[in-house]
Amino acid sequence: MDQVDFNAPHSMGTTIIGVTYNGGVVLGADSRTSTGVYVANRASDKITKLTDNVYVCRSGSAADSQVVSDYVRYFLHQHTIQLGQPATVKVAANLVRLLAYNNKNNLQTGLIVGGWDKYEGGQIYGVPLGGTIVQQPFAIGGSGSSYLYGFFDQAWKEGMTQDEAEELVKKAVSLAIARDGASGGVVRTVIINSEGVTRNFYPGDQLPIWHDELESHNSLLDILGAPEPMNI
Amino acid sequence: MDSVADSQRTLYPYVTGSSVVAIKYKDGILMAADMGGSYGSTLRYKSVERLKPIGKHSLLGASGEISDFQEIMRYLDELILVDNMWDDGNSLGPKEVHNYLTRVMYNRRNKFNPLWNSLVLGGVKKGEKYLGTVNMIGINYEDNHVATGLGNHLARPILRDEWNENLTFEEGVKLLEKCMRVLLYRDRSAVNKIQISKITEEGATVYPPFSLRTYWEFSAFQNPTAGAEGSW
Repeated sequence: MDQVDFNAPHSMGTTIIGVTYNGGVVLGADSRTSTGVYVANRASDKITKLTDNVYVCRSGSAADSQVVSDYVRYFLHQHTIQLGQPATVKVAANLVRLLAYNNKNNLQTGLIVGGWDKYEGGQIYGVPLGGTIVQQPFAIGGSGSSYLYGFFDQAWKEGMTQDEAEELVKKAVSLAIARDGASGGVVRTVIINSEGVTRNFYPGDQLPIWHDELESHNSLLDILGAPEPMNI
Repeated sequence: MDSVADSQRTLYPYVTGSSVVAIKYKDGILMAADMGGSYGSTLRYKSVERLKPIGKHSLLGASGEISDFQEIMRYLDELILVDNMWDDGNSLGPKEVHNYLTRVMYNRRNKFNPLWNSLVLGGVKKGEKYLGTVNMIGINYEDNHVATGLGNHLARPILRDEWNENLTFEEGVKLLEKCMRVLLYRDRSAVNKIQISKITEEGATVYPPFSLRTYWEFSAFQNPTAGAEGSW
């Protein structure tokens, strides 16, 4: 019971989210990568660039999701050169699907592809285990998403503004972090629209306090009012 | 192993508490644990008290299966009750309580029906400080600082470096908080609600729960994959 398996494969327990709004998409994720019970990286970046206008949220096996995104980035780069203009989100998502589907027995990664192109605007595609592709107005994934189905059923609305969408994503990832041991760290968001890409970073103290959580302090001593040891 | 006994054996834990860390200091023992009760990877309960005073002279901290810890509390309540009923002016000290727990844990282990816990038992009697630990397979020992679970890997190296036998209360609390903060960063099942308790010749005090501030402002955390797209 006290064993820590430092040789366990790196898994991004994870909470990942992609949401469309009236001008583009907002992608969000936590930042915890764990090997068994140990948090190998507490500030990972799970939202990965495929092209200037398409990003992917990665969950599941860190290795598998990295190698899939590396291949897709490579193919999309060539495709962009051949096409002479930015790739569409649908093409990027389909490339992800092809890899996930044709290697289904050897991969353990769930992905959310999100981006903006001039034909269809903001789009989100979910590619879960097995390689299904499904276009959705919003998508959630990773172990932390189990805690968010009810939340999104209630809180999701069509036609949100950029700020509303980002608030929703921030709130949702923060709620999942509160209950999923495999998710944690900071909330990262990426906003993609016709103007470009904006990355944001929200550490714990900038997130709301949920049920049974407390305001944080530097030390118990500050609360007790005990005198600090004197220093000369 | 007959089938009636089988149906009651603990095969695996369900609701578990994570690390306990404890140190000897100038006036007695300081102990810390978070208030989480995890249900697998879900952080299900966030107000579980895992530090309990035992009699007049001891403190018990438990990690592992919470139901087994509650059963141990029942055993200890009976032990203390019978001790009081003797009404002979003597009372069980921490060394005796630790020995009792060790026998219970080891004998259960021999019957393949362990109490799935790692326990920390600390106390002061007649000026003599005592700090010991015992786990589900009966391994037991005493030391100037002890920890359970991931605390052994993350907290004890810090304590080996920074512990000394003349720590004041304030220094001890700060040291324990340093350990608990590292556990918050690096243990998946850690919850940011901590209880610190102390025991001295005067008696036991369990302080009110509090949350620790965490630090995320390293510049390396802002954009870790800039220049290495697809890594973590």
